[in-house]
Amino acid sequence: MSLSPEDISRIALLSRIELSAAELETTRDQLNGILGFIEQLQAVDTTGIEPMAHAVDVVQRLRPDLVTETDRRADFQAVAPETEAGLYLVPRVVE
Amino acid sequence: MSDLINASLKELGAALTAKKVSAVELATLFLDRIETLNPGLNAFIALDRDKTLAQARAADETLKVGAGATALTGIPLAHKDIFCTRGWRTSCGSRMLENFISPYDAHVVEKLAAAGMVTLGKLNMDEFAMGSSNETSYFGPVKNPWDVARVPGGSSGGSAAAIAARLAPAATGTDTGGSIRQPAALCGLTGLKPTYGAVSRYGMIAFASSLDQAGPMAKSAEDCALLLTAMAGFDPRDSTSLERPAEDYSRDLEQPLTGLRIGLPREFFGAGMDADVRAAVEAALAEYRKLGATTVEVSLPNSGLSVPAYYVIAPAEASSNLSRFDGVRYGYRAPEYGDLNDMYSKSRAQGFGAEVKRRILIGTYVLSHGYYDAYYLKAQKIRRLIAADFQKAFESCDVIMGPTSPSVAFAFGAKSADPVQMYLSDIYTISTNLAGLPGMSLPCGFGAGNMPVGLQIIGNWFGEAKMLQAAHQYQKATDWHTRMPEEMK
Repeated sequence: MSLSPEDISRIALLSRIELSAAELETTRDQLNGILGFIEQLQAVDTTGIEPMAHAVDVVQRLRPDLVTETDRRADFQAVAPETEAGLYLVPRVVE
Repeated sequence: MSDLINASLKELGAALTAKKVSAVELATLFLDRIETLNPGLNAFIALDRDKTLAQARAADETLKVGAGATALTGIPLAHKDIFCTRGWRTSCGSRMLENFISPYDAHVVEKLAAAGMVTLGKLNMDEFAMGSSNETSYFGPVKNPWDVARVPGGSSGGSAAAIAARLAPAATGTDTGGSIRQPAALCGLTGLKPTYGAVSRYGMIAFASSLDQAGPMAKSAEDCALLLTAMAGFDPRDSTSLERPAEDYSRDLEQPLTGLRIGLPREFFGAGMDADVRAAVEAALAEYRKLGATTVEVSLPNSGLSVPAYYVIAPAEASSNLSRFDGVRYGYRAPEYGDLNDMYSKSRAQGFGAEVKRRILIGTYVLSHGYYDAYYLKAQKIRRLIAADFQKAFESCDVIMGPTSPSVAFAFGAKSADPVQMYLSDIYTISTNLAGLPGMSLPCGFGAGNMPVGLQIIGNWFGEAKMLQAAHQYQKATDWHTRMPEEMK
C-alpha cells in the first residue's frame, strides 16, 4: 500500500507539523520507502502471539499520596517562550 | 601528560588520591585539549569553564578531607546532550531546544555528580537520538577522530568522538537501537547498554520509552564497570526503574573465562557483514577460545525482522513522546503564527529537523485509526518472537557474540539520502533493545582505511557483570582498546 498526497496531509495535520507543497512530495516518497520496508512484517504468522508492549514485565508502582515536590514554578516558567503572571501565554482559543 | 589522557579511571583515581594531580589540573588538561581539538571534531556543543572548574575545586576539597570521596571523585566526564543538566543548555541536538537551560538534573547526572565526577561539557548527538551517523544534529555533524572524512556513528557520536580523541576520559550515552554500541564500535571504544530498567531514565529526554536506556562509554570494560556501578540503581521517578539490590559491576572482572560458553548466532555471521569486520571478529573469537571459552552456534531466526519491527515501534513511541514539544512550556516557538494549531504546526515544522519529522509522521501513521492493528500491534507480536529467540539461545550459552556494526565507519553522506539504508546500519544491535537485554561493544581490531572494528557481546537480563568480565579478560590479553588516533596525540 502506498500513501497518497491526501494521506500525507492528514498525517501531517495529526502530527501538528506544517509541510510545504515541495516537502509534501519528498516526504511522500520517503514515507512510502519506509512503509515498503516495514511491509515484510505482514508476511509473518503471529497467530496466538501476545503483543509485547515493554521490554520487562513490570507492574505500575503506587506511592503514598504525599506532597514530594517543592514549588519551582518560576524556574520552570523561565524556560517558556511566553508567560505572564505565572501563566503560559498562547493565542486566544475562546472568543 | 600523555599518560594522563590515556590513563584508566582507576589510575586517574589513584593519582588523585595520592595528590599526584588535582581535580582542577585534570579538568584543565582536558578543557585545554577540547579548546585545541574540538573545532575540528564538533564533539562538544556546550562548554562552561567556570562551572567545570568550580566542580573540580569542590572535588579537590572532598579529596583533601577524605570523607565522602569515592573512586570517581575528581575524574572528569562529559554528558551526551540528551541528559538534563541543571544550569547547562540541554539541546538534544535540536533547534527545538537550542535555548533550553535545564532547570533540573537527570538522575544519571545527579548520581555521577554525587560520586564527585566533574562535568566537562555537553556532547553533540543526532537530533533527539534519531540517527546512526550524527549527521542529523542541528549543530552539525561530529567527525570521527580516526578519519575526519568519516562519521563517528550515532546517536552518541559526540560521546564516542570525545573519548576517542582523548578530550574526555569517559562519557554518558544512551542506546535505543544501538546508539551507544555502534558509535563505540566506529570510534574504537568500549560502551555498554545495560538491561532495560537498570539505569533511571529520569531527566533523559525521551525518544522511545520502552527501548531507551542510558549507559557508560569509555576506553575499557574496567572503566565501564566503575561507571555503571555509579550510574545504575533504583529511582522512583522512573516508573520502569527496577527495584533490585545495588550491584558492584566490577566484582567478576578478574575471574578467568574457563568454561564460558559463547553463542554465535548464525544470522549474525551471514552475508551483509563486510569482510574486514568478519576477519576482526573471527580473530577475537579465536582469542576467546585461547582464553578458555568455548563457542557454540545458536540461532535467532527472527532477528532479521528486528529492524522493520523497530521502525514501527520506535517511531510510534517517538510520535507520542515528542508531542510535548508544542512551543508553549519550553522549546522553540515560531516567530509568526495565526491560531493555536497554526502555532503548534509552525513551531514544530521549524523546530524539528527532517529525520525527526519523518519519524513523527511514520509513528503517527502506524498508530492512527485503522492501521494500529496492522502495524503497531503486529510489530509488538514480532517483538515477542525476537525476545523469545534470545531466551532459547541462552539455554546453550552464557553470552552471545558477533559484530556490532556490519561495516567500519562510512563517509559523510554515504547513507543520508536513503533512510532505510541508514536504518540497516543498526541491524545487529536493535534486537537487543527490543528484548530489553544488555549489550556492549569493545574494539577488536582495525578494518578498511585503518578504521576500528567493534565486537558485540550480548548478555541475558542482568548479565552485565559477566559481559564486563568477558570484555576485561579479552582486554588484558589484547591492546586494541589502548590505541588512539595518531592525529589526536
